[in-house]
Formats: sequence, structure tokens, C-alpha cells
Amino acid sequence: MSEWEAVIGLEVHCELRTATKLFCGCRNAFGDEPNTNVCPVCLGLPGSLPVLNAAAVDYAMRIGSALHCEIRPSIFHRKNYFYPDMPKDYQISQYDEPINVDGRLELPDGSLVQIVRAHLEEDTGKTSHMGGGGRIHDAAHALVDYNRAGVPLVEIVSAPDIRSAAQARAYAAELRAILVATGASDGRMEEGSMRVDANVSVRRVGDTAFGTRCEVKNLNSLRSLGRAIEYEIERQIALLEAGDTVVQQTRHWDEGKGQTVALRSKEEAFDYRYFPEPDLVPLAPDAAWQARVAAALGPMPAERRRRVGALFGEEAATGARADQIATVTEHGLDELVLAATEAGVDPALALARTANEASADAERARQLAPDAYVALLKMEQGGALSATQAKAVLAELLAEGGDPAEIAKAKGFEALETDSLAGVVADVVAACPDEWSRYAGGEDKLAQFFIGQVMKATQGKANGKAVVEELRRLRG
Amino acid sequence: MTAPAAALAAAVRSGERSAVSVAEEHLAAIDAVDGELHAFLTVLAEQARADAAAVDAAVGAGGDPGPLAGVPVAVKDNLCTRGVPTTCSSRILEHWRPPYDATVVGRLRAAGAVVVGKTNLDEFAMGSSTENSAFGPTRNPYDPSRVPGGSSGGSAVAVAAGLATLALGSDTGGSIRQPAALCGVVGMKPTYGTVSRYGLVAFASSLDQIGPFACSVADAALLYDVIGGHDPMDSTSLDRPAPDSAAAVGQGVEGLRIGLLTEFVEGVDAPVVAAVRAGADALAAAGAAVEEVSVPQLRYGLPAYYLIAPAEASSNLARYDGVRYGLRVDAADVEAMNRATREAGFGPEVKRRIMLGTYALSAGYYDAYYGQAQKVRTLIIDAFEDAYRRFDVLIGATTPSTAFPIGAKVDDPLAMYLSDVCTIPSNLAGHPAMSVPFGADDAGLPIGVQVLAPALGETTMLRVSGALEAAAPVLGAPVVGATR
Amino acid sequence: MGDARRLTREDAAYVARLARLELTDEELDTYAGQLAAVLEHAAQVAALDTAGVVPTAHPLPLENVLRPDEPRPSLERDEVLAAAPAVEDRRFRVPRILGESP
Repeated sequence: MSEWEAVIGLEVHCELRTATKLFCGCRNAFGDEPNTNVCPVCLGLPGSLPVLNAAAVDYAMRIGSALHCEIRPSIFHRKNYFYPDMPKDYQISQYDEPINVDGRLELPDGSLVQIVRAHLEEDTGKTSHMGGGGRIHDAAHALVDYNRAGVPLVEIVSAPDIRSAAQARAYAAELRAILVATGASDGRMEEGSMRVDANVSVRRVGDTAFGTRCEVKNLNSLRSLGRAIEYEIERQIALLEAGDTVVQQTRHWDEGKGQTVALRSKEEAFDYRYFPEPDLVPLAPDAAWQARVAAALGPMPAERRRRVGALFGEEAATGARADQIATVTEHGLDELVLAATEAGVDPALALARTANEASADAERARQLAPDAYVALLKMEQGGALSATQAKAVLAELLAEGGDPAEIAKAKGFEALETDSLAGVVADVVAACPDEWSRYAGGEDKLAQFFIGQVMKATQGKANGKAVVEELRRLRG
Repeated sequence: MTAPAAALAAAVRSGERSAVSVAEEHLAAIDAVDGELHAFLTVLAEQARADAAAVDAAVGAGGDPGPLAGVPVAVKDNLCTRGVPTTCSSRILEHWRPPYDATVVGRLRAAGAVVVGKTNLDEFAMGSSTENSAFGPTRNPYDPSRVPGGSSGGSAVAVAAGLATLALGSDTGGSIRQPAALCGVVGMKPTYGTVSRYGLVAFASSLDQIGPFACSVADAALLYDVIGGHDPMDSTSLDRPAPDSAAAVGQGVEGLRIGLLTEFVEGVDAPVVAAVRAGADALAAAGAAVEEVSVPQLRYGLPAYYLIAPAEASSNLARYDGVRYGLRVDAADVEAMNRATREAGFGPEVKRRIMLGTYALSAGYYDAYYGQAQKVRTLIIDAFEDAYRRFDVLIGATTPSTAFPIGAKVDDPLAMYLSDVCTIPSNLAGHPAMSVPFGADDAGLPIGVQVLAPALGETTMLRVSGALEAAAPVLGAPVVGATR
Repeated sequence: MGDARRLTREDAAYVARLARLELTDEELDTYAGQLAAVLEHAAQVAALDTAGVVPTAHPLPLENVLRPDEPRPSLERDEVLAAAPAVEDRRFRVPRILGESP
């Protein structure tokens, strides 16, 4: 693999969370009875005309803004081709004058992927292939539901900057987080509101020309995305190493077989005959509108990660801490961490507890009252609770709500008074003179031994930190 | 000057005439002569009677049914009428009933008009003679062996033969004006955007406009005011203050500067030229300053149109694929079904234009053909703009000849296309233009003079048209039917 | 760039495929000839000097025509399906589809 380099670009189609479709007032709703959200416009009946949805434009601008694109005056084009799920047998899309161009997406590891464009277009209906196990090849006939026809989409096209399946996954995950953060989409790959296609090619390291690429479709999860790209990279390398060529084609990821398969499609002349859509007029959002969109946009995931990272300075960029930061941000718990540290909780503790425990029950954690959370963390920080005890209280707090102090009391997690702690430590020290003289002589790691002993003596009620402080105090 | 529709509406609103009697009269006329003329594809006898009765009831209750109360109107069969066949004169939509009304149809009804039927056209509005209808041609009431023009032949004949007082047509390259000229009635193409296209089955979206046919300029203005105005369902429709176009008609032409387009008399048949010059003289006598002007760029309108219109049409007609409505010819797979359906459903002219348009848009040819044609459009608009600095309106022939015999040009598409040479530039520019009857040739075949105005210049255009009408030689009655 | 005079049957066949028209060889030849004649006429356009000319996609200057994101009544499904050539399970039925959507 090291002599080969993968070159990957991703195309993501994102359904917008508007109330109505892109060009008509039919409801934009998932899962309704077939053909109940249709009208002359989205059915493409003779005589119908499209009228652009302002909210869809707003969402498209939000996405453009979040991806640092230039938002430009744009027009719509017709993309002409025949397919039963296309009511007009052309799709209204954007071609060489799209609304958003030249953006970038920052991955959690700091690398950048350029965004070529993010444009508006209408979705197609849904086709079900009947007979033959639901696969297109063996089907006897097909049924079409046009509820989805006309739903607004933004198509986001990355530059071929991605170099591995892992990076592709990271890109898709980050893009999803951004789309959700803008409010434009719910980012559900499994439901089809976010669809990812991958363009994959390989070349020898050092080559500047691109190899022949294949488009891979039917990626219904991040996991499929990763697996499919890995498979495709290996497939192409194997071909080229054997002296064969890669045929430019569309391939379908077969989850069951774990392979990409070439589609047995007829040789289709994909001459889309783009021309400007005469039924629509140009779109030129003015500076005031663009400013409103930018102002209304909350912080994106990268910015939110930076804010948490700022609590730690340079260490934040890599390693376990970076993972923790990514986790809390992904689960929408970064604000909680910030609130806690602002209230005086130690950042490392706030981050650890949130990333490791709270994120496991993220949905409930997002609804947690910050005050209660802060109180709990302070109890642990101040030594009133051990780590183990704090985790137990948190679990109950998430499940049942309530007051941390009362939960602790109900569980019998009494704060071990400093005096009694000092006494216990003194007893343990006296009982272990060899270990004490080594600790007193500088072997700091023996602190763990003493903590263990104190825990045994107090049935786990002691606070580790408090024990260490006491040991140090004794040592002088 | 007369305004039969306005007068009729006034009589109905005052109770002097009943809408039902008016409807019956026209239904009887249709019965009597339409077997020969074939202006109508669908006659809405029952619905017309019911609509007329409702108008009378409203009047009886002291209400005002609207400015077209009880007026019989014919509607071109490419305008959607809910629950009523809208075939576009094509086999592919032969049995299709739209689930919605075109905006203009709704406005007609709201004005109290009585829709008496749907009229014949060249299939999907592609043609200049109504011979491309899948359901047989319409005949010219001045000589039934001749064409009425097209594509709105049926609507023109309905008015010319007295089968309806008003009619709606559509004009993409002259399809209202040319049949109006050949049938001796008034036909108007408004400024692009002033009449909603929602519910007009699209031919060439950037060129299509709906407009009125009438026996008088004032009636055409009245109908235009009823159907015109912004529509939120049409993104290309203009906001404009509600006009009172009819008021402009009698204002005279004193002081107006009128340009007689050289390009619109060159190569035109002698009787038509004579009529145009006579019209120009009449306008001068009425106080206008008339001068000849040459706008050579207008010559490029025809070739540009025959790239742009078929290109847009090829895309607009893709939806007729047998999947959701209309004709389906079954086959083993959907692609074969599409092909078999379109083969059986489309006539030769439609197929020809789809082929032409598809080619003009296809990879490698876009820039040279469609792209270039859109630039020529700009040249034409600029040329008009120049001309309109010197003139308020332009006049010329509507079409180079009078009505030709049925079958004469069918085998030579290029010859047929040349009938549109005077009308096409206005569509390309989006400007208003109308044809006003001005006499006939020696065989009694009507001639129309065309008036062209800049965008939103309807008022001036109507002033000039009114003056032409006032000076026009009286046209004889048609051989079949009677003008009302 | 195509030369209209040399519009072959193959060119016509390609265009017919794009347009989902099923034409006989004879029809293809006829159309190829007629198209060539029209295109030759239209070639006058191709020959014009349009350097620096901005194409007109719309005759009148309008921009930013938008509508609010408010639901409007949809059609009744029965009415929609009543016009359909073939219906199954409340959906439009078509013969098998051979190719994937582009």
C-alpha cells in the first residue's frame, strides 16, 4: 500500500429540514402514505411551474456559511434525463453558477478538506423494485412514490483531498455534525436524509495525475462508507498491480458480500444537456440576508472543540484529551463542560467525567441541569465523594434526576470527614512502616499503595486525592 | 368603435340579456357550423349552461358577476381546465383531464365569463397552420379549404366565425397573431410575464405567453386586463399596477412616432404590403409621425428561435413518458415503454422539434447552437431598444401571406417556419405585439397589420391598434359562420 | 462542433436515444435531412460575431422570486392515481427498470 496513494472525494446529498418542498407547498415529510404529498408542481403535471422556497435558500446559505464558502448570485439549470422517479424527466439543479463555492471543512485532527461547491437541487421520488428480491436486476416491475419528489437537497462536493477510508469517515462524521449544527438537516444516513457517495481512485505515490475513478454508492452508514472505500482501494490496487486497468464506472456497495459491484446498467448516454431553467429567475441574496444568516449561525463543531480545548492550552490537540473533546462536542455536551469549568470545577475532571460517563447517556445528559452537575463534580473535586461514588451518583442523576447531595446521602456515601481521614491514614502509615519509609524517602508511587489501604479501611469512602494530600502533609 | 364583449357583459349585468340565452345562441352556432370548421375539440355545453345560469342568478340577486359576465369564451386546448379534457391536440394527452385550472381560466370564471369549449391547435402549439393537430385541422371560415393559421387556429376561428365572443390562445413565435391575421380578428401577445403561465402546457418556457382573441381592440384589452397580473404560482410573472388597458384604445395617435419596419415588408406578399402601407398612411393621417426604419438584426430572429424554442420544448416534453398520466404503450421494460409511448403519442412535427432541440442542447453543440442563439436574443433586444429611442411603436406585416391552402406547406417544414419571420422577434424580446385586421386580398382573405411596442408598452400599442381599427376597411363576413 | 451538412443517421440515432424516441431507419434518415436543413439555416446564427454579448436567458429582469415555507393543500391521492396508466399499492406501476438512476 505504501507505494500507492488513494485519492477520494465525497459527494453528500443532504435533505433540508424545511416544512415544504423546494418548489411547491407540499409537505416535506418522511414516512407518509405514498403519493399523498403531491401536487401539480412536484408531479410535473403539464402546465405546472416551480416557485422557490425561501427557507430552503436560507438553509443552503447556512450550510455555505458553515463551510466557509463564498455565497454567490446563482441560477438554476435543468439536468435532463429519463427515469421513472423523475416527474419532469429533468431535475432542477444548479450547474455552473451554484450558490456556494470554495469552502473548506476542518476535521477534528486539524486537517482540511476543500469544499468545491454546495448547491441546491430537488430530490426525486422513490422507486421500489418488485419481484426478484428487491434487487433491480431481477425485478419484474417497479412502483413509484412521489412524496419525496421535489424535497430540497443541498449537494456538497468535496475536492479529492481525502486520502484514506478513515479520513473519509471523519469527513462524513464532521460534515454531519456541521449539518446538524446549522439546523439544516437531521443528518440521518440510515433514513436517507444524508446520502454519501464516494469517488475513489488510486495512483502511485509521487504521481500528480489522477487515476481512473469509480463512484461508489449505497453507503448507508459511516461504517459502510469506511468498509466500502477500503475495499475499493484494494480492488483498484490489485487491478493495477496485475497490469489491468480500472474501468470508470459506478459501483454499488453490497453490505452483505462486503464488496463493491459494478452495476449492470445499460450503456446510458449521460448527456444531461444542461441549460438555464427558464421557469425560474436568478437568485442573488443581498449582503443583509447573508449577514443575517451568518449572525444566526451558532458555533460549529470545530469552534466548539476549540473552546473546550482552550481550557487546556496546547495539550488539547492530540491524544486522549483530543478524543475526549471530540466526544463531548459530538454529543452536544461541550456547553456543559464549559459551564462546569466556569463554575470552578477542574477542567480535566469536568472533561473526563463528561466524556467518559455523561456521554454514555448523552440524550439525558443534554437535559441535565448544569447546577446539579456542577454540584456533583464539586463534591468529587472537594473529596466528599470518591470517583467511584461520583459515577454512581451521576448514573442515578441521569436516570432519575434529583439532587446530587441527597442521592449521595441515600446511597450512604457519607463524606469522610477530614479528621477521621487523617486518623485512618495515620493508622495505615503506622501499620506499614516499610512502605512509609520508602514513600517518605521519595518513592511517590507508593502513594497508590497507601490509597488502596485507606480505601480498604474505609470501604471505599475515602477520596484518593485527599489521601495523597494527607500523605504529603505527613511527609512534610 | 365596437366592443361586442364589453357590450354583451354590460347587457347581462344590467339584466337586459340573460347569460343563458347568450350561451344557447353560441352553442347553437357551434352546432351549426363547427362540424365543418372544427374549431373545437371539446364543447362544454352542459357546463356552459350551468355557468351561464349561475351568472344570471347572481345578477338576479343584485350581485355583479364581473366584467365578462355571460360572455362566451373559447379556450385553447393547451390551457388546463379542471376535470375537462386538455389534449394539446396530441394523442399522448388525448384522454387527460387535469386536476387543476390554469390561473387564467380561474380569472375568466371569476370575471363571469362562460367557457363554451376547448379549441384545436397544432400539437403542443408547434406549428403555424393547425394542421399538426392529431385530431384533424381547423378550417378558415373565410375559405374552408385554407388554413386558419396556427398554432391557435381553433381559438381564432371560434371568434372569427362567431362561435365565441372572445378566446384565449398562446403565442410562442406568433401563434396568436398569425392566426388572428389569417382569420380577420384581433390577436394580442402581451409583454412576457404580464399574464401567468401557470396551467399553460409549456412549449418554450421563455417565449410562451397567453393572450386574447377578440373582434375588437377594446375587447382584446378588456380580456387582457381580466387575465393579466401577478401570480405567485408563476416565478416569471410580473408585478404591475392593475391597468385599465381598454381606456387607452380610443386615445388616438396624435404626436406618436411610428416606425414602419423594412424587414417586415420585404419579401412579404404584395397585398399584405399594400395593407401595411395603407395602415401606415391612415396612422399618419390621424396625426402620427410615420417613418420607415430598418432593424437588420431582426432577421436573425428566425434562426435563433428555431434553436431556442425546440431546445426548451425538447425538455418540456420529456415528461410525456407514459408513467404518470396520458398515453402508455406497454413494453417489457420502462425505457422501451417510454419509447413506444412517445412514438405512438407524438406527431411528426413534435418529434422533429424534439430532435432538433435535443441536438441543439447536446454535448458539443450547446455553445454553437443554443448558447449562441441566446446571445442573438440579446442582440435583438438591444436593436429594439435602439429603435424605441426613436419610435414609440413599430408596425409591419403580421405574416408574409394570407391563408394558404390546407396541405400546401405540410411537407416542407422550413417553408412553414418562414411564416413566423415577422412575429418571432417580439417573443425573443419578451415585448408585446398584436395583429389588427386591415382589409383583405382580392380573394377576400383577411390581412392583419402588426403593431409592436417595448416591454410593458401595452397602452401605447393599444392606442395605435385602436386607430388602425378605426381606419380599417370593413372586412366581409366569413363564408362559414358569422362575425358578431 | 458539428457540421450540420454532415448530420448522419448515427447522429440522429444518438439524439433519438437521448430523447427516448423510437424511430425507424427511414425516419432517422428523414429527420437527419430535415434537421440538417434547419440547422443550416440556423447556422447564420452560429456565424454571427457575438464576442462579449451576454446571453439572455430571461427576457425581463427579475430576481429573488421566493415563496414562504408554508404548506398548501396537496392533491387528493385518488385524483392523482385516477389519471395513472397503471397503479399498484397506491403507487405508480411501471415495467422493470433496467438501469440505475444516474
